[in-house]
Amino acid sequence: MAAFFKQRNVIAALIIFAIIFPFITNNTYFVHVMTLSFIWMIGVYGLNLLAGYTGYLSLAHAGFFAIGAYALSLLTTKAQLNYWVAFILALIITSVLGLVIGLISLRTKEHFFAIYTLCVGYIIYLVIDKWDSLTGGIRGLIGIPGPGNIGPIEFTTPVSNYYLVLFFLLLTVLVMYRIVHSLTGRTFIAIRNSEDLAQTIGISTMKNKLLVFVISTFFAGLSGALYASFIRFIGPDIGYISITFDLLTYLLVGGIGTLSGPIVGTVLIVWVSQQLQFLQDYRMLIFGPVLTLLVIFYPRGIVGGIAESLMKRKQKKQAREEQLVMAKKSVAATAASNENR
Amino acid sequence: MLKINNVSVKYGSFTAIRDINIEVEEGEIVVLLGANGAGKSTTFNTVSGLNRPFQGEVIFEGSRIDKMSPDRIVKAGIAQCAEGRKLFPAMSVLENLKMGGYVHRRHRDQIKKTLEHVFELFPILEEKKDDPAGSLSGGQQQMVAIGRALMAKPKLMMLDEPSIGLAPLIVEQMFEVIQQINKEGTTILLAEQNANAALKIATKGYVFESGAVVVEGTSEELFTNDEVRKAYIGA
Repeated sequence: MAAFFKQRNVIAALIIFAIIFPFITNNTYFVHVMTLSFIWMIGVYGLNLLAGYTGYLSLAHAGFFAIGAYALSLLTTKAQLNYWVAFILALIITSVLGLVIGLISLRTKEHFFAIYTLCVGYIIYLVIDKWDSLTGGIRGLIGIPGPGNIGPIEFTTPVSNYYLVLFFLLLTVLVMYRIVHSLTGRTFIAIRNSEDLAQTIGISTMKNKLLVFVISTFFAGLSGALYASFIRFIGPDIGYISITFDLLTYLLVGGIGTLSGPIVGTVLIVWVSQQLQFLQDYRMLIFGPVLTLLVIFYPRGIVGGIAESLMKRKQKKQAREEQLVMAKKSVAATAASNENR
Repeated sequence: MLKINNVSVKYGSFTAIRDINIEVEEGEIVVLLGANGAGKSTTFNTVSGLNRPFQGEVIFEGSRIDKMSPDRIVKAGIAQCAEGRKLFPAMSVLENLKMGGYVHRRHRDQIKKTLEHVFELFPILEEKKDDPAGSLSGGQQQMVAIGRALMAKPKLMMLDEPSIGLAPLIVEQMFEVIQQINKEGTTILLAEQNANAALKIATKGYVFESGAVVVEGTSEELFTNDEVRKAYIGA
């Protein structure tokens, strides 16, 4: 119980920190970087539910991110729709495309699924890149409006944008928490454990895999839509494979299949790479080895590694307490037998 | 209740079982005997829908199930307790059991009742209900596996080698529980290498050898059959 309150306190502290962050720092650049990393986190959470909890590594995630971003941009700039209508439509479009692509790609498993989705992701990128008349091709789209007003609330300053994205991030985390701790979440974990076993206890694996795939693309789309209206211009490179691998790196470093992994991994890598900006592309010389070491020694990422060592310590403590109880008992027994004598 | 008619199953070009005929009546305990790789598990997986028969048909309560998806077969009333006590190791005992009631997830009262029943059969599981299933002993894990199959409230329960790797005393307990479950109205199809213990509680048996049924009969017949005695009972 104590641990529960502790965990709760940590979460509360983090939320409070996130809320007052813009007041602590007067540097708009920091607020900008933080907003961007929140946007990435939402996408990473989507990937986490699919790859971490269900065991299906999708490499088309950047593709869906781009679909969300382009859908919002096209609906607001070319179709001139109200921002929030376009926003909701963008999420629906991404999810529907996710449903269609999921129906086909989920017929494959394991590394075949990864390879298949890698191809899907690349095709999405190519379509965006080559469909000049719709997407603007390599020039991309400019003049994307920022988030529209909600009643009297405007989102014109960086700080207001920060809070909007934070709101969506908290919503994402809450939804993820609820999913993971529900029967549906346990169903996903059961599928990751063994699909055959899941089927023999009566789980329709295809239906559930499709569900998780659509949820995952929904959050990729949400992340993409927020990105587009935050950066205000997009190009086909946001759908490129390297974005998928960025998201995957955040997830792996933070801890795949954990609830706080996406936050830890994203914040860490985004800030570290900001600090190493002066090294330009040579920063990969540092990232590469660190990542390799991490995967070797902490295959479940930072959060997974910490959880494991905490568990071990708890077990040791338990074993020690049991030993103590046993020792006391034996002392009492010898004392009793001595008295009998 | 369950009829397996002329079923053959192939893995690629390899025929795993050939022309199997098995009949299970309601209320029976039927045992499939045979060494490793004789085709018992393949037969089970065919009934539960994980394997598709190359030829033949599987009929459960008058309707064909060999083309149904595994989850619909569970809903129809067949639960499988897989070999090797396959559990969800990171989930708690309680969560594992609840997963077993997945097909009845909308009937919470029923799940609660069945759960109480499982805890009556295996009181130790109630004590350990919050422990991760992977931390239990072999015997306890087998109890969770059986309990999880029970949570589906099956009419027919298939148990794949429940005695494997367990201490003799635990094996005895396990067979008592299986008998108890049977008495409460669940038909049992059991795969075993431990012929002695299995035939004691079974009404009927089939002996598998390299993918085919070579001997069948009531348990008394199999007990007195010289070949079966030599191969599986060892006396």
